[in-house]
Amino acid sequence: MALSGMRGLSVFISDIRNCQNKEQERLRVDKELGNVRTRFKNEKGLTPYEKKKYVWKMLYIYMLGYDVDFGHMEAVSLISAPKYPEKQVGYIVTSCLLNENHDFLRLAINTVRNDIIGRNETFQCLALTMVGNIGGREFAESLAPDVQKLLISSSCRPLVRKKAALCLLRLYRKNPDVVNVDGWSDRMAQLLDERDLGVLTSSMSLLVALVSNNHDAYWSCLPKCVKILERLARNQDVPQEYTYYGIPTPWLQVKTMRALQYFPTIEDPNTRRSLFEVLQRILMGTDVVKNVNKNNASHAVLFEALALVMHLDAEKEMMSQCVALLGKFIAVREPNIRYLGLENMTRMLMVSDVQDIIKRHQAQIITSLKDPDISIRRRALDLLYGMCDVSNAKDIVEELLQYLSSADFAMREELSLKAAILAEKFAPDLSWYVDVILQLIDKAGDFVSDDIWFRVVQFVTNNEDLQPYAAAKAREYLDKPAIHETMVKVSAYLLGEYSHLLARRPGCSPKEIFGIIHEKLPTVSTSTVPILLSTYAKILMHTQPSDPELQNQIWAIFSKYESCIDVEIQQRAVEYFALSRKGAALMDILAEMPKFPERQSSLLKKAEDAEVDTAEQSAIKLRAQQQTSNALVVTDQRPANGTPHVGQLGLVMVPSSANADHNLEDQGLAQENGTLSKVDPQSPSPSADLLGDLLGPLAIEGPPGAAAPTEQHAIPASEGDPNPADALALAPVDEQTNSVQPIGNIAERFNALCLKDSGVLYEDPNIQIGIKAEWRAHHGRLVLFLGNKNTSSLASVQALILPPSHLKMELSLVPETIPPRAQVQCPLEVMNLRPSRDVAVLDFSYKFGTSSVNVKLRLPAVLNKFLHPIAVTAEEFFPQWRSLSGPPLKLQEVVRGVRPMLLLEMANLFNSLRLMVCPGLDPNANNLVASTTFYSESTRAMLCLVRIETDPADRTQLRMTVSSGDPTLTFELKEFIKEQLVSIPTATRPPAPQVAQPTSAATSLTDPGAMLAGLL
Amino acid sequence: MIHFVLLISRQGKVRLTKWYSPYTQKERTKVIRELSGVILTRGPKLCNFVEWRGYKVVYKRYASLYFCMCIDQDDNELEVLEIIHHYVEILDRYFGSVCELDLIFNFHKAYYILDELLIAGELQESSKKTVARLIAAQDSLVETAKEEASSISNIIAQATK
Repeated sequence: MALSGMRGLSVFISDIRNCQNKEQERLRVDKELGNVRTRFKNEKGLTPYEKKKYVWKMLYIYMLGYDVDFGHMEAVSLISAPKYPEKQVGYIVTSCLLNENHDFLRLAINTVRNDIIGRNETFQCLALTMVGNIGGREFAESLAPDVQKLLISSSCRPLVRKKAALCLLRLYRKNPDVVNVDGWSDRMAQLLDERDLGVLTSSMSLLVALVSNNHDAYWSCLPKCVKILERLARNQDVPQEYTYYGIPTPWLQVKTMRALQYFPTIEDPNTRRSLFEVLQRILMGTDVVKNVNKNNASHAVLFEALALVMHLDAEKEMMSQCVALLGKFIAVREPNIRYLGLENMTRMLMVSDVQDIIKRHQAQIITSLKDPDISIRRRALDLLYGMCDVSNAKDIVEELLQYLSSADFAMREELSLKAAILAEKFAPDLSWYVDVILQLIDKAGDFVSDDIWFRVVQFVTNNEDLQPYAAAKAREYLDKPAIHETMVKVSAYLLGEYSHLLARRPGCSPKEIFGIIHEKLPTVSTSTVPILLSTYAKILMHTQPSDPELQNQIWAIFSKYESCIDVEIQQRAVEYFALSRKGAALMDILAEMPKFPERQSSLLKKAEDAEVDTAEQSAIKLRAQQQTSNALVVTDQRPANGTPHVGQLGLVMVPSSANADHNLEDQGLAQENGTLSKVDPQSPSPSADLLGDLLGPLAIEGPPGAAAPTEQHAIPASEGDPNPADALALAPVDEQTNSVQPIGNIAERFNALCLKDSGVLYEDPNIQIGIKAEWRAHHGRLVLFLGNKNTSSLASVQALILPPSHLKMELSLVPETIPPRAQVQCPLEVMNLRPSRDVAVLDFSYKFGTSSVNVKLRLPAVLNKFLHPIAVTAEEFFPQWRSLSGPPLKLQEVVRGVRPMLLLEMANLFNSLRLMVCPGLDPNANNLVASTTFYSESTRAMLCLVRIETDPADRTQLRMTVSSGDPTLTFELKEFIKEQLVSIPTATRPPAPQVAQPTSAATSLTDPGAMLAGLL
Repeated sequence: MIHFVLLISRQGKVRLTKWYSPYTQKERTKVIRELSGVILTRGPKLCNFVEWRGYKVVYKRYASLYFCMCIDQDDNELEVLEIIHHYVEILDRYFGSVCELDLIFNFHKAYYILDELLIAGELQESSKKTVARLIAAQDSLVETAKEEASSISNIIAQATK
């Protein structure tokens, strides 16, 4: 044991230690404080050593939790002492004793600044440390430039610079303007070239804070971070002293990966690739070892890598690797790893669709709900809550209910709210929902808020089928000896409304019901009495023929409460008493409650409110915010009348450039004529010769302003249809009465479904239409999932398929009503007859309450669904390519106005369109070759080859060559690919003069062909 | 970031506190009271993390002493757990097999060392060797100053004899 080196201090500490109780300790402290106070008063006589000693004593007392309201001045004044020992004590005690809001700190600013800009390295360190630990706004304003200078100075030693970096971080937190200097981002990037790992660690913390607020200025740091990570992960050039249990500075690795999570994406394919290599190495190479510290350090890195992988939305393979790892972690015995496994699995739910894999671990997660450690139980609860959906709600909620009886007090409220929300959100049937909530009230009544039982009443009122069941259940609970007051409320309400539905059952006569409810009256609080009074009145009303004995009993109760001190009770008693004498009038007034209007569950609202958190921005929160803001943008784009803007819906882009114009024209023509032969030779795209391709766009490249209007008029005129070419897409039949608004962007949903096989096609407040598809050769099977989101039925449901001529479609029967909260599956068989880009439309309508809704939705049975990617070798490719020479089997076109994308992105797009990119076939690295097989009844399996030649100098144009053994297929495929490549104009077009009139919509309804044309 | 560092003994006695976010003395006392209640009662084979008021507290017990650090909810818990161990190893090296008494009587040394490890609630140095070197340099500065002082006072004492 070493003593403090200050005898007085050691003695004082020993005295405190020897105190038998808190009281003695307080006396000893008071004595010492008195002593110190008198010594400070006669400051003249104090030697620096004594001053130091007393200041330490003060700090010790303060640390023990006592108030020390004097002596701050002495501590601060030590800062300006000329010698190191006093200065050191001054700085350290000041930074412990005062916080950033303390007035005394102002007195020190000048001295601190002198120390920072002075030549004495040790003084610089002391000053930077204190400012870094407690610097506030004022420090930020007056010291930031000096601190910055130290950080980037080449003459300063690492020990000063690393402190300067963190000091600047502190000042930045207090005032973000401190780094608002020109060129700071460049300097930040230079700092990342630092060789000293101490300085680099501190600088990386600074970078994390900077990018978390504004990543845009720091893109240049991104590749450097990846380099650092590579260096550390490969253990290159890492000094032995920075290796922690064999791991190259795990802290810096973690921080670097943290910084990377604040950049939305990584564009550069090389950087991305090297990063993924590192991440892969971390994911694969982390083993469980015996040494605890080594294990912790390597898993700290691993979990950060997992977070980064999730953020980057890596390839599916890597994601499933992550889920597999997490699945392993939640099953281990080591509690830290299990905790973190559960926590990260919950995060995983938020970022990507791996729910199905996570569900496989449900049993394991439920085991953790019973863990002895509350931290782990909390994580398990959160995860179960997050992963719950229709398929597993029953199991999970029942598990939660079971756990409720044994759960800690601290968790019960959260637990019951979560169980209630899940039961409501995912109930497979409503009687189960009622069961759950009643059990919840029974087991944890204290934690069931009013919102929860109000919601049950709403559901029961809105669903007639449910009423007898709920009433019977309520009756059962009343038989229990001691029930919670909330249970009294809800069962009294339900029985008042619906007990007459039970009248024939044993124990359910009005008299018996009244008796059992009335038993509870003496035990309930004033807030429940009015509910019971209403119940009595209702029982009375339902008792036909009337029972004089019961009537007298109830009247007696009413008259007793007529003089109640509680206004609510008194008023009800008086009114019910008067009403119940009026006979028939009572029937009208006390009739059953009408249905409640649908509204957002107050529970969900409550849960959302609870999640509002003011904590510092984190990567995940930031992402969540970005997502919501996206959603807002989408809604904003919608015009006031609620119809989604037509521009978003058209498969083909709305013309804003000459090129897109001609595109539209082509389609109009192709549509109209149905064949290729009659296509206007002026129109460049169907033309196959190269010259035509090159000249074509030029020929129509007039002033776009002039081209566009003529275009708008030209098409309707040529088609002879009142619908504008692009205005229909999703115009509800009757815009005036259709008040139901779709949720999300329908066009975006469609586009997404063109690239994947399952997802949501349409959603509004009442219904969600999901789709799942399987494709085999020229056959396809789609299943439409019609899910009623409401607590009452949807009526007059109609689904009509309007197939284009090339598709044969058969939809199975769609039921006319969809029961509340139910999901109906309607299989749809599709057969592809010949190549075409036309799109099938689902004309869907339903009635909800008074509003009827009709939407027309494009179905994602598009051309690329009948493609099957196939890899070809050079030996197979070239003979085929040469044999298909020239039009009409091989078509070439120069496409302009292409959405600029990197070659890698384009390759990804092609692969997702089921066109397999075959790398290495084309000698030019800027080109891309893809192959696929197309299936239709007329063409059978047909090999298609595509070649794209890009110009790295101008990414908005490219030359495309498509070949296949069928002229129609070649043309259609070429046009299809072009549609995917051409950029979607962002500028919104002025609304077309021909707004869809209800009448025109009606005509189009009878004419599928015209409507299809309208869609395109 | 680390919001504060707490060293509490098994009996609930505070051995060291360092606050990187502003708390008043009243809040500090309350935090210590609450957290000692939560942490000291936890059994031995549980995880090292406690969720507390929207934050996380990472703690580890060394003999009779609990080292606790409070961090944000989505900070990396294991990383902080190893910061704790890193600190303990440095203390151990400095005191030579550190025990609670060392930290009681030399709490100021524990502060010096912590200041070489953390600033603004972030790790500044991950090399034990570097920290040890810096602390040794500080000690020798203090030592030199002491010697100078004593020699000067000797001179004065002799001169005024």
